[in-house]
Amino acid sequence: MNVVVCVKQVPDTSDPDTEVHIDSSGKGVDESKFSFVINDADNYAVEEAILLKEDQGGEVTIVNIGPEAANQVVRMALAKGGDQAIRLDDEKFAFSDITATARLLSSAMGDLEFDIVMTGCISSDDGYSAVGVTLAQMLDLPHAAMVKSVEVIGEGKLKVGRELEGGLMEMLEIETPCVLTIQTGTNEPRYASFKGIRAASKKEIKVMDLAATGLSDDQVGEAGSTAVMVGYSVPVVGELAEILEGDAGETSAKLSGILKEKGLV
Amino acid sequence: MHDIFVLAEHREGELREITLEILTLAGQLAEQSGGKVTAVLFGSGVDDYAGKCASFADRVLVVDDPMYENFNSAAYQQALALLIKTEKPHLVLIGNTGQGVDLAPSLAVELDVPYSSDIVALTLEGDKPVATRQYYGGKIEGRIEFKDADLYVLAIREASTPAGEGGKSGEIQKIDNPVTTEVTVRKFLEYVEAAIGEVDITQSTMLVSVGRGIREEKNMPMMEELAEALGADLSASRAVVDAGWLPTDRQVGISGKTVSPKLYLTVGISGAFQHVTGMKGADVVVAINKDPDAPIFQYADYGIVDDLFKVVPALTEKIKEMKG
Ligand SMILES: Cc1cc2nc3c(=O)[nH]c(=O)nc-3n(C[C@H](O)[C@H](O)[C@H](O)COP(=O)(O)OP(=O)(O)OC[C@H]3O[C@@H](n4cnc5c(N)ncnc54)[C@H](O)[C@@H]3O)c2cc1C
Repeated sequence: MNVVVCVKQVPDTSDPDTEVHIDSSGKGVDESKFSFVINDADNYAVEEAILLKEDQGGEVTIVNIGPEAANQVVRMALAKGGDQAIRLDDEKFAFSDITATARLLSSAMGDLEFDIVMTGCISSDDGYSAVGVTLAQMLDLPHAAMVKSVEVIGEGKLKVGRELEGGLMEMLEIETPCVLTIQTGTNEPRYASFKGIRAASKKEIKVMDLAATGLSDDQVGEAGSTAVMVGYSVPVVGELAEILEGDAGETSAKLSGILKEKGLV
Repeated sequence: MHDIFVLAEHREGELREITLEILTLAGQLAEQSGGKVTAVLFGSGVDDYAGKCASFADRVLVVDDPMYENFNSAAYQQALALLIKTEKPHLVLIGNTGQGVDLAPSLAVELDVPYSSDIVALTLEGDKPVATRQYYGGKIEGRIEFKDADLYVLAIREASTPAGEGGKSGEIQKIDNPVTTEVTVRKFLEYVEAAIGEVDITQSTMLVSVGRGIREEKNMPMMEELAEALGADLSASRAVVDAGWLPTDRQVGISGKTVSPKLYLTVGISGAFQHVTGMKGADVVVAINKDPDAPIFQYADYGIVDDLFKVVPALTEKIKEMKG
């Protein structure tokens, strides 16, 4: 069972000090103070792929679109059990939309033999929840989105569970090769061992630029996009909460007073 | 042509609210463009849904076939693509839901047309759609412009347009199933309901809701103590449930529970759309979060912008003192 996992490096938005400021171009954000992590859902996809490999044999290939700095995310996935990696990197790839991003990923799959391609079901920065399913159609493969359980039930067949609203699971049977977009909470992502980290530092990360993808200028980046994000803005928000001021002693005194007044304590 | 197609969504015997929301949005756009709104309904024995859609649309296209009793994106995609190629609408609107995200992107690739997802606002400028989306967990918004095309496929966020009153009486047209061979690459098996746990947070009057901001499982006792002092139950964001710090049945949000307590006190929760959807029924919402830009403050009545590790112990003490 060979699995390809697509991983993205994203700013750690769970860090309270990660401030998101629109940059002077209006189409990007100031990344200078970001700390970067693997996208949450992709982390579960990596784990699911490695679990399948441990159970079924085969290889796990990590695919990333990103700058050299994204190697840290790729290497961590290799350290956990990935066998090889491809990183697509060219300045022409900037501002790729859903379609152009999926096209880039599909260009990396050309020479790979796989049974399953996994992506995270959503990224925490752009939040499209669409790249995996777009990729599936480009590869002309069946897909299932928001998958929270994967079980091999026979030659070329999987039983997967898609998580819907209210936590309802839609169980279905799907033929391989296929594309699955993995939801958070699917498994318990492992930590890499020291041995794994050492081994990963020796594994090759193949870098593909535009020429290596075989795509043309107008198939990637903004030129290759059909839905272009032309400008960021700060959302106009309604009424904000009443912010209680002071140190922790003062704010907690104020809050408990309010709760008492409202008959909640 | 300016016609708008809206895909009707149903599940386990219910027409889902998103259908009426997008039909309402489509109605607003059609008024501007002079087009007609068509609800497209795939299902088995769905006269009742067709009737509901008809009061929000100019026309309802119904494909009634056992193949569509339950959602299967592979079957839906084939059928929709065929219908779209003959009917040639200008916009196809689909909910950015568990069903929609499994269907809309691949449909757009098959039709080779522009696509965007999780749209929170949609307008027409001339003939062309312009979409607004959120980025970085709702901290900023972006404007999406599309390349020229005859057709656009757009996935719309739930609850972004409230459903209107209806009041139309669209024509209901039953048509033959355009898909003539069985779909085999993917088969629906069954639905499995979420497990029910020992505490039903949908019935709780007081909730302390824990987010990823608490960082580690070893900080849970501090939250338990606060909840106990307040006489509240513990609930959580998805991030906390994913990490295994609380069981799934404590999750509030779109893929968890919808709660309506008198007090909903969030600690270290950022306020993602998927979370706040589940807490809109709460009376008083309080947020403790170190980040002044966290979207949760848009939904809270009272906020404390500070380190939760300082505020939570202090607050627990104060509540205990007060209760004597
Ligand atoms: C299909 C789908 C369904 C989903 N369903 C749900 C759902 O049902 N429920 C749900 O909750 N989510 C759901 N999500 C996930 C959702 O998008 C968010 O990822 C999730 O809600 C984030 O949880 P959080 O707020 O706890 O974590 P984060 O977004 O990481 O926020 C952590 C917050 O803690 C704050 N913080 C950190 N340290 C401190 C400190 N020391 N003191 C004070 N504050 C601090 C930070 O400022 C930050 O705002 C869903 C996502 C998808 C794609």
